[in-house]
Amino acid sequence: MTDFIQLFLSGLATGSIYALAALGFTLLWQASGTINFAQGEFVMLPAFMMLGFLSLGAPMLVSVVCTVLLAVLLLGWVFKRGVVDPLFKYGMMPIVVATIGLSIAMRNGVRAGYSAEAHPFPSLFADKLYNIAGVTVTLQDMGTFALAMVIVMATQAFLAKTVTGRAMQAVAQNTESASVLGINVPRMIFYTFAINAVLAVAAAMLVTPTYLAKFDMGEGLGTKAFFAAIIGGFNNSRGALLGGLIVGVCENLAAAYISPAYKDAVALVIFMVVILFKPQGLLGKKEERKV
Amino acid sequence: MKLLQHKFGLAFTLAAAALLLVAPQYLKNYGVYLLSYWLVFVIAIMGLNLTTGYAGQKSLGHAAFFGIGAYTVAILMKAGISFWLGLPAAAVICFALGLVLGFPALRVQAIYLAFATLGFNTAIWLVMRNEEWLTGGTFGINNIARPAVLGYSLEGNRPYYYFVLAVTLVMAGLLWGLLRSPWGKAFKALRDNPIRAESLGIDIRNYTLLSFAIGAAYAGVAGALFASLVQFIEPGPFTVGASIMMYLMVVVGGAGYFFGPVLGAAVGVVLPEWMRDVPGVAAWYLPIFGASVVLMMVWLPDGLLSIPDRLKARRAAREASAQRAAKAAKMKAGS
Repeated sequence: MTDFIQLFLSGLATGSIYALAALGFTLLWQASGTINFAQGEFVMLPAFMMLGFLSLGAPMLVSVVCTVLLAVLLLGWVFKRGVVDPLFKYGMMPIVVATIGLSIAMRNGVRAGYSAEAHPFPSLFADKLYNIAGVTVTLQDMGTFALAMVIVMATQAFLAKTVTGRAMQAVAQNTESASVLGINVPRMIFYTFAINAVLAVAAAMLVTPTYLAKFDMGEGLGTKAFFAAIIGGFNNSRGALLGGLIVGVCENLAAAYISPAYKDAVALVIFMVVILFKPQGLLGKKEERKV
Repeated sequence: MKLLQHKFGLAFTLAAAALLLVAPQYLKNYGVYLLSYWLVFVIAIMGLNLTTGYAGQKSLGHAAFFGIGAYTVAILMKAGISFWLGLPAAAVICFALGLVLGFPALRVQAIYLAFATLGFNTAIWLVMRNEEWLTGGTFGINNIARPAVLGYSLEGNRPYYYFVLAVTLVMAGLLWGLLRSPWGKAFKALRDNPIRAESLGIDIRNYTLLSFAIGAAYAGVAGALFASLVQFIEPGPFTVGASIMMYLMVVVGGAGYFFGPVLGAAVGVVLPEWMRDVPGVAAWYLPIFGASVVLMMVWLPDGLLSIPDRLKARRAAREASAQRAAKAAKMKAGS
């Protein structure tokens, strides 16, 4: 039983990182109909930015702030203006193909231009173990889970409670009525891209200490974030959180009790079951098909 | 004009075929190998072009079928069964699995389907990597023999090239026939507007499944040829990344253009393989390729082969506006 609880808790930590990436995914989809295939690389790149700032001798906090600013500029503004805006009018698939191209360019660009090796990454949390009623938990896992939860909740609160957040939701629900109501639609969409970039930085800060910074670290992460988003419900931001946690926990349990070799198939199996029986996801609403 | 164009197209095809026939005489052993490699991918991408380009089903799991074809032949040949039984077996197994994979496509569309097929690819890849008793795991299967035909061995790179070329032409001919048949029309209708296609009496269920199954069978044949060509297979070439690359090859060549795969496979596998030993270029090929895909989506979303159509449309637009201007001038002069 203690094994189970331990696995469950470390699964929550991994799952909350998937949830961060998945939340960015669903926000982009809701606001602009963008499916970002480069989402995993959006997590990988800030990890290397961070390493770059640290190697310049900047202290941790300064590096984080600089990374966030640079990520909002590159992964938010440049990505929106350079890739999404020109392709928006053609529908979904050209954006998908373009972001696939972008992910290949980013992944192999880092490999060719920086390094193909895995780099250690400083952790936000001290290397400590706690023993509570026979269950051993690491500070890293608990801190990751807690911080990710705080970020997800803060994003939710921002969307639900502030005027800007509500305007962003209005844009996501009905772009035309939002612009009739005097909402600056392009700006709201940019905010969504900026939030996605910040969430990606947060995911990078939490995932990299355990999994190391490597050019291909985004490959599995992006796919699992997508699976998590679909499982939870693609048009519901709370779904991303639920989906991420389900995938993280099930993966960890399956690796221990079923087969570690097939761990990566867990997200897929849950995804398949969900889309076959509830295609709109666990918390999603049904969307009507148009002729 | 139309006839002239047709004749030009025919002449071009014949010239290309002649070039492919004589090319090995002027190439070194490696060049011939690379040409065979290219043709193998042309067959695989033709299948994906049918599924994705013509029938509009977004499949990101094509490399799984390619791998299943390769492993089928390799495993059967290791068990002492002839290549000539292995090749059709690969096609049949892939056809059947393609039918099965088609079922999610009936439930979900576009991006959901893309991820369902991507997940299928991950699952197949995990089996290839983990089930050592069957696939040799990460060590793979080596010393796969090349077949002989009527006592004539295809062991050398040149004879094997001609064999692959022959298969490619047969597969291309079959696809050409298929696309001109009512089936081809039905596939395109399915892509352009499934609901309208259904209301016109096209059984979209069967055609969706068939588009997957036939595309998968092409990948199976290509995989079988691939196993015998490279003579050593391991899970590496059949990853999700490979499937995504195959999808990009379809898009870059021109989805829904018959000759798109020829170009797509050249850009996707031959160029990088060719530049592998060029220092400085090799590492940057993929980043440049990825960036080019992004730029291409912005400026040429229908692929390289859409350039002639675009030029034609632009000329037509120019002529029409010139005609309108002339008409307006005449009316002004008349009044």
